[in-house]
Amino acid sequence: MEKSLNLTLKVWRQAGPKAKGSFETYKVENISTDASFLEMIDILNEKLIGDHKEPIAFDHDCREGICGMCSMYINGHPHGPDGEITTCQLHMRNFSDGETITIEPWRSAAFPVIKDLMVDRSAYDKIIQAGGYVSINTGGTPDANAIPISKVNADEAMDAASCIGCGACAAACKNGSAMLFVSAKVSQLALLPQGRVEAAHRAKAMIAKMDELGFGNCTNTGACEAECPKNVSISHIARMNREFLGAKFKD
Amino acid sequence: MANKEETTKVENILTRQDAKIPEGPLAEKWSNYKAHQKLVNPANKRRLDIIVVGTGLAGASAAASLAELGFNVLNFCIQDSPRRAHSIAAQGGINAAKNYQNDGDSVYRLFYDTIKGGDYRAREANVYRLAEVSNNIIDQCVAQGVPFARDYGGLLDNRSFGGAQVSRTFYAKGQTGQQLLLGAYSALSRQVGKGTVKLYARYEMLDVVIIDGRARGIIARNLVTGKVERFFAHAVVVGTGGYGNTFFLSTNAMASNGSAAIQMYKKGAYFANPAFAQIHPTCIPVHGDYQSKLTLMSESLRNDGRIWVPKKKEDAEAIRAGRLKPTDLKEEDRDYYLERRYPAFGNLVPRDVASRAAKERCDAGFGVGNTGLAVYLDFSEAIDRLGENVVRARYGNLFQMYEKIVDDNPYKTPMMIYPAIHYTMGGIWVDYELQTSVKGLFCIGEANFSDHGANRLGASALMQGLADGYFVLPYTIQNYLADQIRVPRISTDSKEFDEAEKAINDRINKIMSIQGKYSVDHLHRELGLIMWDYVGMGRTAEGLKIGLEKIAQVRKDFWTNVYVPGNADNLNVELEKALRLADFIETGDLMARDALLREESCGGHFREEYQTPEGEALRDDDKFAYVSCWKYKGEGQEPELVKEPLDYEFIVRQQRNYKA
Ligand SMILES: Cc1cc2nc3c(=O)[nH]c(=O)nc-3n(C[C@H](O)[C@H](O)[C@H](O)COP(=O)(O)OP(=O)(O)OC[C@H]3O[C@@H](n4cnc5c(N)ncnc54)[C@H](O)[C@@H]3O)c2cc1C
Ligand code: SF4
Ligand code: FES
Repeated sequence: MEKSLNLTLKVWRQAGPKAKGSFETYKVENISTDASFLEMIDILNEKLIGDHKEPIAFDHDCREGICGMCSMYINGHPHGPDGEITTCQLHMRNFSDGETITIEPWRSAAFPVIKDLMVDRSAYDKIIQAGGYVSINTGGTPDANAIPISKVNADEAMDAASCIGCGACAAACKNGSAMLFVSAKVSQLALLPQGRVEAAHRAKAMIAKMDELGFGNCTNTGACEAECPKNVSISHIARMNREFLGAKFKD
Repeated sequence: MANKEETTKVENILTRQDAKIPEGPLAEKWSNYKAHQKLVNPANKRRLDIIVVGTGLAGASAAASLAELGFNVLNFCIQDSPRRAHSIAAQGGINAAKNYQNDGDSVYRLFYDTIKGGDYRAREANVYRLAEVSNNIIDQCVAQGVPFARDYGGLLDNRSFGGAQVSRTFYAKGQTGQQLLLGAYSALSRQVGKGTVKLYARYEMLDVVIIDGRARGIIARNLVTGKVERFFAHAVVVGTGGYGNTFFLSTNAMASNGSAAIQMYKKGAYFANPAFAQIHPTCIPVHGDYQSKLTLMSESLRNDGRIWVPKKKEDAEAIRAGRLKPTDLKEEDRDYYLERRYPAFGNLVPRDVASRAAKERCDAGFGVGNTGLAVYLDFSEAIDRLGENVVRARYGNLFQMYEKIVDDNPYKTPMMIYPAIHYTMGGIWVDYELQTSVKGLFCIGEANFSDHGANRLGASALMQGLADGYFVLPYTIQNYLADQIRVPRISTDSKEFDEAEKAINDRINKIMSIQGKYSVDHLHRELGLIMWDYVGMGRTAEGLKIGLEKIAQVRKDFWTNVYVPGNADNLNVELEKALRLADFIETGDLMARDALLREESCGGHFREEYQTPEGEALRDDDKFAYVSCWKYKGEGQEPELVKEPLDYEFIVRQQRNYKA
């Protein structure tokens, strides 16, 4: 049943990339438990605007868990305390009346803060640009049913491909590693005959880029998998390591 | 050309020649076109710059394909990454005429279903081409590594969507848009890596720059620094999506907007059929006044879900009051109204028909949920027939999404759904080459008006976006660029760029200086309510006139009383929203105007005065078988109407019938 909550929010405010940030405390009242977390922030922002103050800047777009744009670190968890969801899918029924909620941006060396809770995740795009594709041009491709693909492989590729590129994996990792994200793409394409051809080269190029961009090493803590809103499995990291070693071996 | 100016001026009629529809039989038009169009040779391609605005299915596929051909591409998007364009949210699937199921599909049938689904208000030649290239899209996506659903034999699986009696929809769980967009994004990323595409993420186009009657660039704001910047190109392609967010609450993403369309319109491009907007029947109902957006539950659910409301009013009342649960109601006390009214298509009637039927039941007092503005979408029969696991495999992520929002388990109790604005068929007018009425300015994807007429069939937007971007524009734009190879790169210091940038800065300064008492969201919500009440599912002449007056009031409130905090030379989300809202107000005005003009009901446009005794849409082909194109005449002036008659050569128009 719908109830309403009074909450205290400790929110990270930072005017710009080089500015020094700090926590600000806000009170919000009468928040419906049916409201989403971002709707709660909207309500706070409307209040701030009404008081002629600057609203909190945060990234969001689809508000249904698929675009990967939202990115808040809530009470010590990327995307908050509820499992298998993004920040925008988090609802206020997960909190209790009188609670204090701490909200921070992703904190990772490779994701610098732009303003308040917004960070720059273009490093993930750069990793894809380094090899996260099948090298074909538009047109001249064979009939889609020319190569049968086992359902098992197709389904597993789909699971890997569910990654929304949100960055929670690197944000959750004490080493700031992007391995889960990278392995999801490597694994998806390695599982399909279309992507198989370049699999080894792809793994090598993407990992090299990841290292270059300042992401840390993977020490198998599993924090990424635990926080990933899309349940991307760390078994993909193992598959990527095999591809990577294969590539090294060929060199 | 002089001729064209004359005809449009004197009679306000666009001819077949204006629309550049190739001669010849329907099935040969596109081949003929390709055989005779002008091409640009590889050496010259390198010297030509193309701006592509948007990285959705349309923009990303176009940018990647143009770069592969050798053009220099500049690609813009609002989000922090091209992969986050709103196309990512499409759930259900993409159509193609592969006939892999051997159920009688063909290019002609896909063409016919699309024309009929659009209530005979789309251009024949364009739709036929769309159906023709649909198969190439599936081949292309599979080659990119898009993990479409497969059956145990390893071949591609299909599902059914509304308005079709064949299974032609390809899908990747309930995340088809995501997978297709990631495919296009990977192709785009490959070109960015090669340096053939320069990416501008977190940039927003604010105007198109016209030099000597041709589009030669854009003005865009860097959303991080707030700086207004200039970009030159030999041609500009706009794929910025639809304008559904005019209604504030819609299934579109928060940053989806209609601004680029209004910018093009103000620079001379016609805005076509603005009234044609799609209300999707299966969305999660509104739950509170703080609500920020509506969530779609994919049409694919209607493959297995059955829609119903209680047969008796007293049951509906008891359910609304919380005294009765839907699962308590016996089979004979349920009214499966779509199956009852439309036995041939049942739950799979097109969206406009399903939406109106839901509204009709709720208006008559049979609605459920605490507001009475909801109907049930029930899976119990499918779960009995197939088992919960099969249902989970098909729709698991949608069920999870529903449960997270509503806090109800749809495996156990029926979903509640209600119609919401979802897609806009109207948009910028384009000819067969996807060129607008401004030379060198092209428009693709949902942003243009083509292909879907007055109603879009499910799984056809993804098809159209990718058709435009992968397989149509890369050909047709060359027919234009072939004449531009001698045009040197123009400096952005020219007076046209100066003027355009100054106009933008003036507009921004004006908005910043108002410092009134209403927040942007406050005014946007107000506009949204007006749109829903007066320009929504059931329109009347009287209501539309009231709507127009109320929209004018919102416009006045905006320009005299909006409040935007912060300053403009910085990241300022409220300013971004304000600039978009100013354009939504203009879009809303055009929608109402167009709806008032169109004294008939067709597809998603339902004028209550024009319906059959059974409550079905009543078209008037004698008077309204045309595309209504609106031409901008200046600030505060009434726009001018230009018509493109839809004289069908190949299809005979009929009343749409989904009953038998
Ligand atoms: C929830 C949902 C589910 C859907 N499901 C389906 C489905 O199953 N099947 C189907 O066929 N269709 C579906 N649709 C419709 C379909 O997704 C869209 O019509 C289609 O994806 C639009 O693609 P697009 O490339 O035209 O635009 P979009 O994907 O909307 O992309 C717009 C791009 O333009 C950019 N942009 C916008 N304005 C500016 C500006 N001023 N400056 C710079 N960049 C700008 C954006 O950043 C973005 O990159 C669905 C739609 C929704 C809302
Ligand atoms: S792997 Fe998971 S956490 Fe990492 S980017 Fe992808 S979806 Fe986000
Ligand atoms: S806003 Fe798109 S995933 Fe959260």
